[in-house]
Amino acid sequence: MTKASTALLEVTHLVTQFHTPHGMVRAVDGVSFSVQRGQTLGIVGESGSGKSVLARTIIGILANDGSPTTTGGIAFEGRDLLKLSEPEMRDVRGKDIAMVFQDPTSSLNPVKRIGAQIGEVLTRHLGLRCRAAEARSVELLASVGIPLPAERLHQYPHQLSGGMRQRVAIAIAIACEPKLLIADEPTTALDVTIQAQILDLLRRLQRAHNMAMILISHDLGVVAEHTDVVAVMYGGQMVERASTRSLFHSCRMPYTQALIRSAPSLPDPPHTRLRAISGRPPDMLHPPIGCRFNPRCDRATDVCRADQPALSPSDADGAHLYACWHPVGAGEVLP
Amino acid sequence: MSTAADGQAQATAPASGAASPPLARHRLGPRFWIPIGWTTMVVVLAATANLLPLHSPIETDFTVISNWPDATHWFGTDQLGRDIFSRSVFGARISLIVGLLAPAFGLGVGIFLGMAAGYFRGRTESIIVAAMDAIMAFPGILIALAVTAYVGANIAILIFLLGFLTIPAFMRVARANTLVFGQREFVLAARAMGATHRRVLALEILPNVAIPMLIYALLMVSRIIVTEGVLSFLGLSVPPPQPTWGNMIADGQADLATLPYIPFIPSALMFLTVLSINLIGERLRARTDFRGGAL
Repeated sequence: MTKASTALLEVTHLVTQFHTPHGMVRAVDGVSFSVQRGQTLGIVGESGSGKSVLARTIIGILANDGSPTTTGGIAFEGRDLLKLSEPEMRDVRGKDIAMVFQDPTSSLNPVKRIGAQIGEVLTRHLGLRCRAAEARSVELLASVGIPLPAERLHQYPHQLSGGMRQRVAIAIAIACEPKLLIADEPTTALDVTIQAQILDLLRRLQRAHNMAMILISHDLGVVAEHTDVVAVMYGGQMVERASTRSLFHSCRMPYTQALIRSAPSLPDPPHTRLRAISGRPPDMLHPPIGCRFNPRCDRATDVCRADQPALSPSDADGAHLYACWHPVGAGEVLP
Repeated sequence: MSTAADGQAQATAPASGAASPPLARHRLGPRFWIPIGWTTMVVVLAATANLLPLHSPIETDFTVISNWPDATHWFGTDQLGRDIFSRSVFGARISLIVGLLAPAFGLGVGIFLGMAAGYFRGRTESIIVAAMDAIMAFPGILIALAVTAYVGANIAILIFLLGFLTIPAFMRVARANTLVFGQREFVLAARAMGATHRRVLALEILPNVAIPMLIYALLMVSRIIVTEGVLSFLGLSVPPPQPTWGNMIADGQADLATLPYIPFIPSALMFLTVLSINLIGERLRARTDFRGGAL
């Protein structure tokens, strides 16, 4: 075990396949990336691009009917999570890697009090008993900015607003001070002002505990503001990866460019047509041959329809990677 | 219950003109409390039957054969001079014991199988569902006839048999609810916090599934009371002279024209008891129905 390795999480050529009655679906197809301690990686992409499956593969909670299979490597602090037994993996979940889900109305159990839901994790991983667990729960609720934390412990989820529930979900996730927090669209179900509060809270907690974070989102604004590195996913593959600044400044992959352009911007006059990306996301049962974006790409040529481009470095230090035969030039990025 | 609050909020919004519907929804009302009163009375009488100063339900008294109801024999006496009030109370015991324990047995097995099927899916689910379909494909009354005819009837066999026949129905309800709750993010979240499958099933899913299951069990109680009555009527339940509502009705059959009170009294008792339990169950079901509230 090389605990001294620099990256906290090192994912190499990860493939997650689902065996469906209609055939094999590769929801995650050869994805590699790494996350450093304290760093935030943003993962963006359309619905169905494999973001959530990727997150669930890392933490090992895909469907339990035996249909998905995973190959590749997920090294966390030098240990390959895919090689851990289920009991060993259960000790990692919640303690070293925790997760926050999209919908706070359904990520808390409606028939259990808040206190019981937080206390469970503390008992499971830290071995705290009633009194200690309760005291710690109050601290946790206070740290995520919930007023009157001691009273909230005795309430049920429906007595809290959406934003409050998401704060509770975050309190549960950070209860054991995980080294990596996976936030799967943590603000999608919340309104905009609450979104900002939750993202600020995540950032504050991250700094306080030097916690690494994977922030999954389809909201480019969120990603631009709250991440250090961004990976763009399309059709289960990673098509571009760069520092956040470099990605928004000089993206190379036409899909990334289209994604950035399709976001509405405030300076636009009212009733400006959104520049939607034409076509539909690829059918994952029968993905396009060659570059998966080629049917929707206006730069596509024969080579795009025949061969898949590999991730290649855009600059000398190799920090900006993209997969495209006809990349967007450095000068022609933003309209 | 979260539905109570959610439901109120939802119900108040559209009904701004009429203020009564949301209130009515939350008051249980006489249609709930009268059945509760009747059921409680039947249960208490049946439970304390040994202690009450009743006539013997079995001893025959040839001085009072086929007497219509009067002051000493409130419900009259049957063709052998046995006190019908006493027989009704002791008969309620059989109905209630079978009516409660058989669904309890079915509930226990059904909830286990249903949650396993709904949570693990795949092959586990196929096997369980196929087995339950096979049970349901047999006409229940025929199985009951066959078993009691060969093995003989005692109360334990009756409970086991009728309970067994309710397993598929309980399994279906448990599976359907597990499918719904199993897809909620709190199940994923629990697993993401390192919970075992057993823990997720017992602590996350079971509390959610338990409420609809218990209400369904209550409705099943009334069905089993009727089924036990049918078996008794056919002479396939507890053997005479032990009274049951069903065999009391059967005894009265011959003299229906001249002594109508003999079959009428146990029939009425069974009718009122079954109706009460159904009304209670229906009221509770309506109140805890999750489909209305956005949980």
